[in-house]
Amino acid sequence: MSQFSVPWKPRSEVRYGFLSRVIIAIAAAIYAIFKPVVSRFPGLVAWAVLILSCLLVWAHAVIFDYVDETILRAAADQDITRPVIQFGSPSTWGYAPSTIEPLLAGAGMGSGFASLCKYALWPLQFIIVRDLIILAALFALFGLVPAYAIWWERKVAGRIQSRTGPMRVGGWHGWAQSLADGLKLVLKEDLVPDEADKPLFRVAPYLALIPAALAFVALPFGVGWVFRELDVALVFILAMLGIEVVGVIVGGWASNNKWSVYGAMREACQMVAYEIPMGMALLVPIVCAGTLSLREIGEMQSGGWFSWLAFSNPFAFIAFVSYVIASLASVKRAPFDLPESESELVAGFHTEYSGYRWGIFFLAEYAAMFVVGALASVLFLGGWNSPLPSSWAASWGDGWIARIAEGILFGGPLWFIAKAFGFVYLQMWLRWTLPRIRIDQVLYACVQVLLPLTMLLLIGTALWVWALESSGFAVFSSIVSVILGLIGLVFAFGFLGIAGYGFYNQRRLVGRLNTDLLSGS
Amino acid sequence: MVPEEICLILEKQFGDAVQSTKVEGGHPHAVVAADRWPEVALFLRDDPRLRFNLLNCISSLDLLADNKLACVYDLSSLPLDRGTALIIETHLFAVRVVTDRDEPTIPSVARVWPTAEWHEREAYDLMGIRFENHPDLRRILCPDDWVGHPLRKDYEFPLEYHGIPATTEYELTNPRH
Amino acid sequence: MNKAMGETILESQPDLLIDIDRREQGDLDTEEMLVNMGPQHPSTHGVLRIVLRTDGEMIQEAIPHIGYLHRCAEKIGENLQPYQFIPYTDRMDYLAGMNNNQAYAVAVEKLAGMEVPPRGQAIRVIMAELNRIASHLVSLGCYGMDMGAFTPFLYCFREREMILDLFEAACGARLTYSYLTIGGVFQDLPEGWVEQCREFLDYFEPKIDDYNNLLSFNHIFIKRTGRIGTISPEDVVRWGLTGPLIRASGIRWDLRKVTPYDGYEQYDFEIPIGEPAGSDGFPAAGIEVGDSWNRYFVRVLEMEQSVRIIRQALDRLPEGDFRAKKVTNVKLPDDEVYVEIENPRGQLGFYVRGDGSAIPYRVKSRGPSFCNLSITTHVCRNCLLADIPAIIGSIDVVMGEVDR
Repeated sequence: MSQFSVPWKPRSEVRYGFLSRVIIAIAAAIYAIFKPVVSRFPGLVAWAVLILSCLLVWAHAVIFDYVDETILRAAADQDITRPVIQFGSPSTWGYAPSTIEPLLAGAGMGSGFASLCKYALWPLQFIIVRDLIILAALFALFGLVPAYAIWWERKVAGRIQSRTGPMRVGGWHGWAQSLADGLKLVLKEDLVPDEADKPLFRVAPYLALIPAALAFVALPFGVGWVFRELDVALVFILAMLGIEVVGVIVGGWASNNKWSVYGAMREACQMVAYEIPMGMALLVPIVCAGTLSLREIGEMQSGGWFSWLAFSNPFAFIAFVSYVIASLASVKRAPFDLPESESELVAGFHTEYSGYRWGIFFLAEYAAMFVVGALASVLFLGGWNSPLPSSWAASWGDGWIARIAEGILFGGPLWFIAKAFGFVYLQMWLRWTLPRIRIDQVLYACVQVLLPLTMLLLIGTALWVWALESSGFAVFSSIVSVILGLIGLVFAFGFLGIAGYGFYNQRRLVGRLNTDLLSGS
Repeated sequence: MVPEEICLILEKQFGDAVQSTKVEGGHPHAVVAADRWPEVALFLRDDPRLRFNLLNCISSLDLLADNKLACVYDLSSLPLDRGTALIIETHLFAVRVVTDRDEPTIPSVARVWPTAEWHEREAYDLMGIRFENHPDLRRILCPDDWVGHPLRKDYEFPLEYHGIPATTEYELTNPRH
Repeated sequence: MNKAMGETILESQPDLLIDIDRREQGDLDTEEMLVNMGPQHPSTHGVLRIVLRTDGEMIQEAIPHIGYLHRCAEKIGENLQPYQFIPYTDRMDYLAGMNNNQAYAVAVEKLAGMEVPPRGQAIRVIMAELNRIASHLVSLGCYGMDMGAFTPFLYCFREREMILDLFEAACGARLTYSYLTIGGVFQDLPEGWVEQCREFLDYFEPKIDDYNNLLSFNHIFIKRTGRIGTISPEDVVRWGLTGPLIRASGIRWDLRKVTPYDGYEQYDFEIPIGEPAGSDGFPAAGIEVGDSWNRYFVRVLEMEQSVRIIRQALDRLPEGDFRAKKVTNVKLPDDEVYVEIENPRGQLGFYVRGDGSAIPYRVKSRGPSFCNLSITTHVCRNCLLADIPAIIGSIDVVMGEVDR
């Protein structure tokens, strides 16, 4: 028994509320079910999840189509008038189920089945119901992308640094690490500093999160795979990325911490510096395409590798590189991670954040990484189009297999997501390789180098597009685009070759010192 | 340059200010009177024969038996005129300045060798020697409100500091010294 | 705030006093901010606290405050026999325990007139140079991390682990070795150790090129550290900076050559110094003698030289005793001695005074980090906030040694 008492009291035990217990129980149950399966058949599960989620989305699209074709058009053809919506009597909302049943039966569905389906299909005639379903899918994607990008980043960092990264949670390569971390963050104590500006401090993470989520709304994941097809989609996404910055600034300011204020001020400086060159670089493909609608830009590039806008002329090619640099700054990734530079500003703008709110900041950051990658893939690298010309698919016939292959290779969102994640990978790769730039160097690089460069590129592209009207120049232009495409191809294969070499020699890279003979190893 | 020569130069230059010299043993040094010490220091640094431009260390010393405190200044000469050539010769010397234990004051040499600033602060902190004309004489290792100077031989360790136990139970029951 | 209360605050916080003095003089244009960097800050390498007076991102003044790790090791040394104090020297510069053991051992041996057998000397040199490599690896890795590059840190630690394995095989400890004791080394090298060490050196030497490619010659890294925190040769000597700092400023000064100890005169090695831009093996632009980049790069070059020394020492490792016969209860004569040796961070000095008994009367250590850190205020002036980690990291302090 010590004669000196401890000057502080131990905290009382944390008591979880009912909701927390339910969350924990559900998580534990899911984990218990999935862990043995995933650790036994990791590849199978991954492919199954991928294909099932595709099928799920596809099934919804088919049902929506079916409703459109079979019910709505048939009803219109048979002159069944749509009742006026009266809030007093719910039976008159839309085509009543009793109206739908004969239509379904007329389309060849058995009467017993039709009487079951009429209630299920009835809500789908309202646009808002469909939107809610699609939004749910979109938000699921929005939650999954950051969670798996974080897990992937840790694996990538591990491989780069000759270690393994997370390996425990879930069995196979720590696949559930992000989910476990998310659960932990949600259950942690919600700390707000006493001296902070409390309302702003609480609202700041959402100011960062919501714009990042909204940017997903306008992203075209494939032919027709877009929630809201805006004719100014590009401007909308850029605006959302710009608003995200406000959350960071507000969070840094409201923390009432000097390091946080430094982080917020740096973010403000950086935003002023990078937004303009980034917008300029994005205007280059816009000038080439002549439209702001991402769907039309994507459809323009359906002719395979050599028709992608990055290879359309030399200016666009350089603009692609400058966009990649500016986009790094826009999502606060190394070497432009000054707002949170941990060796100078402790943790920058999120020094005072912990738990759930801290997690939201990171959700927003990784979602924004995906969004800028997606923008690059739509505007420069053909969007959802495969590197093979889509006209090839026409020669495959009309069978089921041909249709599925066509859907996966040409129509579906797989290429789009793969390209966007390629950019996310590039951001990770740079982060774990390069040191951080100083703030004056960031401003110099963005304002004095990138901005004039992108302005020149814009003028050059405009002249190039103008010159395309003469047929002689068009031939020259297509030759140039083939050359640029070949350069891109060499880069792509070179990267794949290096990655393959590293993978093949992964055991040899660490060296041949036999530490087994030493004690303690 | 051997210590004998250095002692001779010093005695010739300063006469009585060099109270005694010791050239044999592991640590040849001269004992310099405290009131003349900055003058001697400047001479040691700037004289073209000596050029002791590097102050290695200031070691404070508690001579309890004589009721004195002392500072030992270890100096070495580092020729800067050799360009990037390898320097292989140097000469080393030390100066001891003795002061009274009850009112220990020694003139500061922080303006002669800037590195002395922190060394003197350390000697002030741990041994309680006051350095006159020091630019910023305050405690450096111990907290600002620490009582006493730990390296003195008659220092008694406090049992607590602001309510923090400063010793272990074991040491209370088994004092080592 | 009433006057009495204001006075107490000023007394307990003298750095605020300086600030308020300036305010009264009215040389203040914009609002300045006092920021506490440390003692818990990722890039102050331990518990260093620097009070920054900033104007936006510009640093007006940086005042280091030390003492958070003060244990009064010198007082402990006055109460223990030299061989008992050896473990405490480990805890001073905990990244270079072997070199600290060596410094105290050499000082006590000189005082007591002991002779170290040739094998003991050779093992000491091997261990000291291995630890120099290990310490420099930590320094390089942490410096990279201060600049935001995390990967070189783990590469450096991967190689350091192997050195620690070698140390563990020799003495059983991985950080605080107490292996080099008074009169030689604590025990002989285990069987097969020399071959393991050779294998490590063969593996390690090409890795230095990796660090150079990844970090040293990285354009961003040179931009961040080149021409930052430049210290002139005169200033280096005035402020008593030693080790890589003095060599980075262009002075070829190394105690292993100037006052050789433990048989360093037998080995053939060079003393690398900082060079201006465009020199052979240096970047073509962006650096100058005495800047942070050169301080960093001198350490890289020193690792190569250490490998050379270890190879020579392994080749000519003599047989025989590894330790003097009597190492405990050695009577220290009534004399004093001041010995400095070359630590990875600079000159580590020990002043030891005996009084005829086996316990020294006074032990004083001159930590290289302590002296090197004292130039902080002088260098960190009118620079950016991001340059502070660049300068502090290139000085490479270990707070255990600063505070002792």
